[in-house]
Amino acid sequence: MNQHEAALKHLFKQEFAKMVAVISKLYGLQHIEIAEDIVTETFLLATETWEHKGIPLNPAAWLYTVAKQKTLQYFRRNKIYAEKVMPQISLQQQEYEEMAELNFSHQNIKDSQLQMLFAICTPAIASEAQIGLALRILCGFGIDEIAEAFLSNKETINKRLFRAKEKLRNEKIQLEFPPENEIVQRLDNVLHIIYLLFSEGYYSKTQNEILRKDLCIEALRLGLMLTEYAKTNLPKTNALIALMCFHASRFNARQNSHEVSILYEHQDVALWDQALIDQGVHFLNLSAQGNEITSYHLEARIAYWHSLKEDTHEKWENILQLYNRLLLINYSPIVALNRTYALYKANGRHAALIEAEKLDLNNHFYYLLLGELYKTIDDAIAKSNYEKAKALAKTETEKQGIQEKIDQLVQ
Amino acid sequence: MNQVNEFVFLFRQPALNQSPEKEEEIHKTWMDWIGGIAAQGKIASNGLHLTPKGSVLKSGGVVTDGPFVEIREILGGFIVVKADNMDDAITLAHGCPAIDAGGSVEIRTAFL
Repeated sequence: MNQHEAALKHLFKQEFAKMVAVISKLYGLQHIEIAEDIVTETFLLATETWEHKGIPLNPAAWLYTVAKQKTLQYFRRNKIYAEKVMPQISLQQQEYEEMAELNFSHQNIKDSQLQMLFAICTPAIASEAQIGLALRILCGFGIDEIAEAFLSNKETINKRLFRAKEKLRNEKIQLEFPPENEIVQRLDNVLHIIYLLFSEGYYSKTQNEILRKDLCIEALRLGLMLTEYAKTNLPKTNALIALMCFHASRFNARQNSHEVSILYEHQDVALWDQALIDQGVHFLNLSAQGNEITSYHLEARIAYWHSLKEDTHEKWENILQLYNRLLLINYSPIVALNRTYALYKANGRHAALIEAEKLDLNNHFYYLLLGELYKTIDDAIAKSNYEKAKALAKTETEKQGIQEKIDQLVQ
Repeated sequence: MNQVNEFVFLFRQPALNQSPEKEEEIHKTWMDWIGGIAAQGKIASNGLHLTPKGSVLKSGGVVTDGPFVEIREILGGFIVVKADNMDDAITLAHGCPAIDAGGSVEIRTAFL
């Protein structure tokens, strides 16, 4: 892909989400496919036209104008149908066209997108389908890209999206803000989907680094969208954004590492993105209001401590205590492993080993941790654990990284 | 599938006046101990942690202040853990900071 094509692709991706949201707002969410079609047709026309005439000065405005015309055409076609089938509807031409007038003001784009975010995060749809739908409708990802991110194929993704849209129709989900008393409850679901979206990018199985980074950036963008409204700009929203900033700051450093996510020691600190760390601190401060401590708060604070490069006892003691609390709200094997690693850094090898032996886990991260802990205590046991880890590791890079650890033991 | 049972750990220990530094150290010991159980995925509820002061209501409307029994037996709080059986629950209770402080852990089976 040359630079010109990449720029166009980026523009389309950005505008897709905005335009689909605005058009769906007009037609109702049950006709979301019409909105997608109109936008896709607009992009086709843009590609053809711009190839000959060059890209206009304000490409977004060009797209909006064309989308308006296409929407109006669609509306007129439908009007004829409506007049024949339902003669009782007797709106004047003028009124029809006013109704069909799309509003691409900055405010309406923002409102429509946020409402779309809430609509998609309805509990009626399974979270996997929600992520797919969010990627397609809110982030403008192509079906092929979504398939790649999920390590799936286009057909499966298409089916999944189709079913999700059908659900939106059947459940009569409206493109509007939920009633005030439901916003807080729905917000939890929205935050969770953004969190999953980010994780999908950060820990994705796909090797496509550009795609993974895109996913993370989009999740961050959706999070920031929530900060523009008082009702959704809550401490937990800020905590989630802080968390994403801190993690994203290490993106470049992490790519070259051995993918052993619990071991930060090998990361090249020079590659950490200081601007994102500063943003993270900003949102972390904003999150420290109110009484509610969510897992986003705890994870954001852990990520904050990890963003400090000095390996102090204070740092690891804080990380340990945060993991202790996180486990009480949100147990997962990987959190348990990370907690035990923090215990090792804060309370020493022996204390951590006792706790590690109690964990009933069977994955390569676990044996890697045991290997790390047995090092210097008993190199033979360390080696056998590393070997177990190597056998269970899923990628060649991981296996190679573990082999290096074994080789270091032998000398 | 194994039937997972819930057990309540009731912590009793002497109520001592500690310096804030010592308090913090004790708090860390407790958090590390509970974190160890949580890391095994065996916490059912983080329960409640109680301050030493309170009142007791007895028949005839008699209200007395604590301590309620012996000084070394003040109920400090409880957690609920998941374990296969009483033996496993007792294993989990080992290392509890209340024991080191001269107190005890009472382990009781919970039922619904």
